[in-house]
Amino acid sequence: MNSPIADPMLPRPFRIQSVRKETTDTFTFELAHPEEGSQNGFEPGQFNMLYVFGVGEVAISISGDSAEPGKLIHTTRAVGTVTQAMARLKPGQVIGVRGPYGRGWPIDDMQGQDIVVVTGGIGLAPLRPLLYRVLANRGRFGRVVLLYGARTPNDILYKKELERWRGRFDMEVLITVDRSTGGWRGHVGVVTQLISGAPFDPYHATAFICGPEIMMKYSVDALTKRGLPSERVYVSMERNMKCAVGFCGHCQYGPKFVCKDGPVFPFTEVKRLLDIWEV
Amino acid sequence: MLATKDVKQLISEHEFLRGMDPKHIATMSEFAKLKVVHENEYMFRIGEEADCCYLIRDGCIAIEVRHPSRGPVTIQTLGANKVVGWSWLTEPYKWQFDGRALALTRGVCLDSKQLREACEKDHEFGYQLLSRFVPVIADRLEATRIQLLDLYAP
Repeated sequence: MNSPIADPMLPRPFRIQSVRKETTDTFTFELAHPEEGSQNGFEPGQFNMLYVFGVGEVAISISGDSAEPGKLIHTTRAVGTVTQAMARLKPGQVIGVRGPYGRGWPIDDMQGQDIVVVTGGIGLAPLRPLLYRVLANRGRFGRVVLLYGARTPNDILYKKELERWRGRFDMEVLITVDRSTGGWRGHVGVVTQLISGAPFDPYHATAFICGPEIMMKYSVDALTKRGLPSERVYVSMERNMKCAVGFCGHCQYGPKFVCKDGPVFPFTEVKRLLDIWEV
Repeated sequence: MLATKDVKQLISEHEFLRGMDPKHIATMSEFAKLKVVHENEYMFRIGEEADCCYLIRDGCIAIEVRHPSRGPVTIQTLGANKVVGWSWLTEPYKWQFDGRALALTRGVCLDSKQLREACEKDHEFGYQLLSRFVPVIADRLEATRIQLLDLYAP
């Protein structure tokens, strides 16, 4: 269970323990609260608001293991003012943290199901906690399939972890890149193309998708074509979040607030909205 | 060399031809032969006569195009249970891309000239074959369109 938050708008100072460069523009922070033994429980799929003092705040998914609440892990892509300022921070420096917020992946309700994870780009980060949870409770699930698409081989996140997962006998990891470079000998094409041949039973599977909205939409189409009903698909939506607790309406998505009602939604709840421009 | 009967079995098991009428499978087995392409060998080259339609059983073929400054660029890879090549379907029946094996690749090659003749002679066969090709072409067009969006660009 998550511990209650005293003041949801008040950031807590966390020290950066380590910074790992994942790709040219993506990095992973390991954060720790200065109070020893402080627990930062979260559910896979939830996010925190990270505050770079004097610059601003940004919503970042938690990408660590919820079974290790002492370690707070965030993988971030440096694309805007705040995230670029974050990328310049060094171990030992302090960052503000509010959270965790939002509705996570309903993974604990899916026991006995095949688990199909479809993700692209940095979308793997919010799904990594789900994979940790599934693999820690491996016997409770059917087949576990990770389908991951990246722009180029150099943009693949968590390479060592993916290699480790690929080496397991109880998990299928299929990776594709949109553009091949160098000595890449793997699959080239969009991630949706991996779905038709992926080893899962569509009648007993649940899919979890995170990535650009168009990719999610076409992934659901491909899953449906395989026979997996859209009622058993969950997606994580991304919107510019400000308050993160449903006060400001900044992340309003049709009748929903992504921060409070999401970021994870059953696909059927957002299906109609995905076809509307500028929701 | 495998007997026609064995090739027929391989064709009938291929995902692309699933549900095809046995008499049509028999027709194709008359002009089918096994094909093995070793790692880094070319299955076909751009500009050459598209004389085969390949049903891949295992392995991986990279569809490549030569970029003036970047050398060969892989557009797509096709693996087990995929069909490779439709240049034989439309004039001038020349390969439009290179096809290079990324790993030892085994499959069945259907003689394209005889395929076209069989389609012309038996329209039902032609319809059955094309009704399998059209979804493959549509899927690959859709994938190419998504690829063009460069979804993960910064």
